Amino acid sequence: MISVKMKKGSPITDKIFKFVAIGAATYVLAIIIMIVVNLTTGSAQIWQQEGISFLTGSDWNSVEGRESYGAAPYIMGTLVNAGIAMAISVPLSFGIAMFLSELAPKLLRTPLAMVIELLAAVPSVVYGLWGLLVFRLYIQNWIEVPLHNLFGDQSIIFAGTPFGLDIFTASVVLAIMIVPTIASISKEIMLAVPNSQREAAYMLGATKWEVFRIAVLPYSKSGLIGATILGLGRAVGETMAVTMLIGNATGAAAFPSSLFAPGQTLASIMANEFAEASQGGLHLAALVGVGLILFLMAFAINVVAHLLVARVVKSHEGAVLA
Amino acid sequence: MTNKVIMGFTLMLILIVPAMSLHASAQTSQSYTITGAGSTFVFPLMDNWRVEYNKIHPEIMLNYQSIGSGAGIKLLEQKSVDFGASDAPLSATDMQKAPGVLTLPESIGGITVTYNLPGIDKGLKLTGPVIAQIFMGNITSWNDPAIVSLNPGVNLPSQKIVVAHRSDGSGTTYAFTDYLSKVSPDWQTKIGQGKSVPWPLGTGGQGNAGVANIVKSTPYAIGYVELAYVFQNKMTYAFVQNADGNSFVEPTLDSVAADAAAASGSFPAADGDWSKVSIVNQPGSNSYPISTLTYVMIYKDLSTVTGETQDKSSQVLAFLDWIIHDGQQYASGLLYVPLPDSIKKIDENGLAEVTFAGGAVPEFGPIAALVLAIAIVSIIAVSARSRIGFNPKI
Repeated sequence: MISVKMKKGSPITDKIFKFVAIGAATYVLAIIIMIVVNLTTGSAQIWQQEGISFLTGSDWNSVEGRESYGAAPYIMGTLVNAGIAMAISVPLSFGIAMFLSELAPKLLRTPLAMVIELLAAVPSVVYGLWGLLVFRLYIQNWIEVPLHNLFGDQSIIFAGTPFGLDIFTASVVLAIMIVPTIASISKEIMLAVPNSQREAAYMLGATKWEVFRIAVLPYSKSGLIGATILGLGRAVGETMAVTMLIGNATGAAAFPSSLFAPGQTLASIMANEFAEASQGGLHLAALVGVGLILFLMAFAINVVAHLLVARVVKSHEGAVLA
Repeated sequence: MTNKVIMGFTLMLILIVPAMSLHASAQTSQSYTITGAGSTFVFPLMDNWRVEYNKIHPEIMLNYQSIGSGAGIKLLEQKSVDFGASDAPLSATDMQKAPGVLTLPESIGGITVTYNLPGIDKGLKLTGPVIAQIFMGNITSWNDPAIVSLNPGVNLPSQKIVVAHRSDGSGTTYAFTDYLSKVSPDWQTKIGQGKSVPWPLGTGGQGNAGVANIVKSTPYAIGYVELAYVFQNKMTYAFVQNADGNSFVEPTLDSVAADAAAASGSFPAADGDWSKVSIVNQPGSNSYPISTLTYVMIYKDLSTVTGETQDKSSQVLAFLDWIIHDGQQYASGLLYVPLPDSIKKIDENGLAEVTFAGGAVPEFGPIAALVLAIAIVSIIAVSARSRIGFNPKI
């Protein structure tokens, strides 16, 4: 027999608990506020100088006396790069999650899930180096050159000199990097759907696909959206691997005009130029400004995600929330 | 009775003197950590200097952070490192932020134009304006008449040129664009000179290694990297026309040194304004025109640096004096160009100006000798006395 003796709660422990919990919560808030304040004050100079054209312009010139900055190509680059990566990785991840939760034999499920989580733990610099030294040569020879030869420079999306360091390679490697994140969360969400739902669907004579469609999917929709957004967040902010692979064009040349043209993302321009930007100058302010844009973008993604999830939850009362 | 007094006195000495001399010797061998930060370009050489200097002076540690020239200058401005290292001289605004900084050239780098043309070895002949037109995207094919006319007899392919440049801000880019601005008015007006410039085309690679990787793995590519990288990676590189226009010079340690030596006559003193100093495109039939100085920067008054002591500042000086003299012998092994005597002279004059809180920094040698002498004398004295004291009386 186990008996638990409970002491009467003392008011002091309660106060300590309250204090610690509030302190921990304040810490997060404080960090965010400090980030925002720092990014805003650090980039104030560039907003004064360039105004709205910092968002819309495509000039990026740090030569002394000719300084002019516009982040539009990098904003576009980030969106296109993350967009292509999502287009590749989301179906792949959902497929993996579906297999693991609905089809895989129990014996296979745990080891496979572990392998996927292991992939999520590979540092991004490793993906970057692998992409740069190994993968890009295959992409170049097996995909880019044939496609380029087939469609030529007339086709907009396959124009340019295909040699592997471009938006396409960066997106594919980025997709590989975010698959584990999305897949492992999606799997958990699908597994969390009560078995009674599946059983009910089977009882009505549904096939495996139909069970997934009518029982699992509606229940896990909001969670899957959450998983996707998490993946998108990683794709937008990923720096190391993308910097190594995207080709790092600057200014107007960085506009994502073709899949096979070098580009640049918000994160990679910071990684490239921050160390050598002269201190206190406009160049540094511009790079901090790029950081602010990236921060706001991440913020917007999260807000949209929360709204979406909330809407889905509302329409499917009682759905499983991630 | 007197014996007992002597015994007691001796014992006391035995206990005290070694303790004192130990203390003294502990002071001589007190370890110092010299801190420096900046240029990644000079890091391999700096690391070699750290190891070699530590062999001679085991008590001196060098902590050099290769965080980039700009960041190195920032730390120097914050007065948190003993010296900064940069591939580019202090700009006018940097000089205002860090007044009283001495600029000491500590090694020389050459920048090669490297290419990947299957079947064509090193030695493609190029002129400055042609290189500028290639990197501006005006010459787009390898068999452009401008290249062909410089290289009679070379079978240049009719292929598009793939341009590779640095993606990160770098001293290499600074020197390369410095050269192109000097030789091509077109480049000067449209692009200019800087650590990162608005490249109209091409792919950016991170670091010398990144550009070298692109050029090596991509047929028909062209890029610019430090001298050391082309030798280490066995890459093919161009011979560039000299300033006199009478020959195409192969980039070697000697030809880069010749260029630097030709420029050294016009250098300012170490405490002068170096922001306009450039050693590209110097006269001389064997002067390779694309080269750059890298600098060590220290405060003229070392007490400015946070936490600096007089003892340590003399160690910093001794170290810097060593790298511009004995340290230079390690340069060529790592494919850095050793300093010519004319530049060493500027450095010597600069180091002679360094002070600590207004006073001259004491040479470390005499103090060390003095402490050592006292230690030896006291040890002899002790052993002499103890012989008396411990000789058992029979």
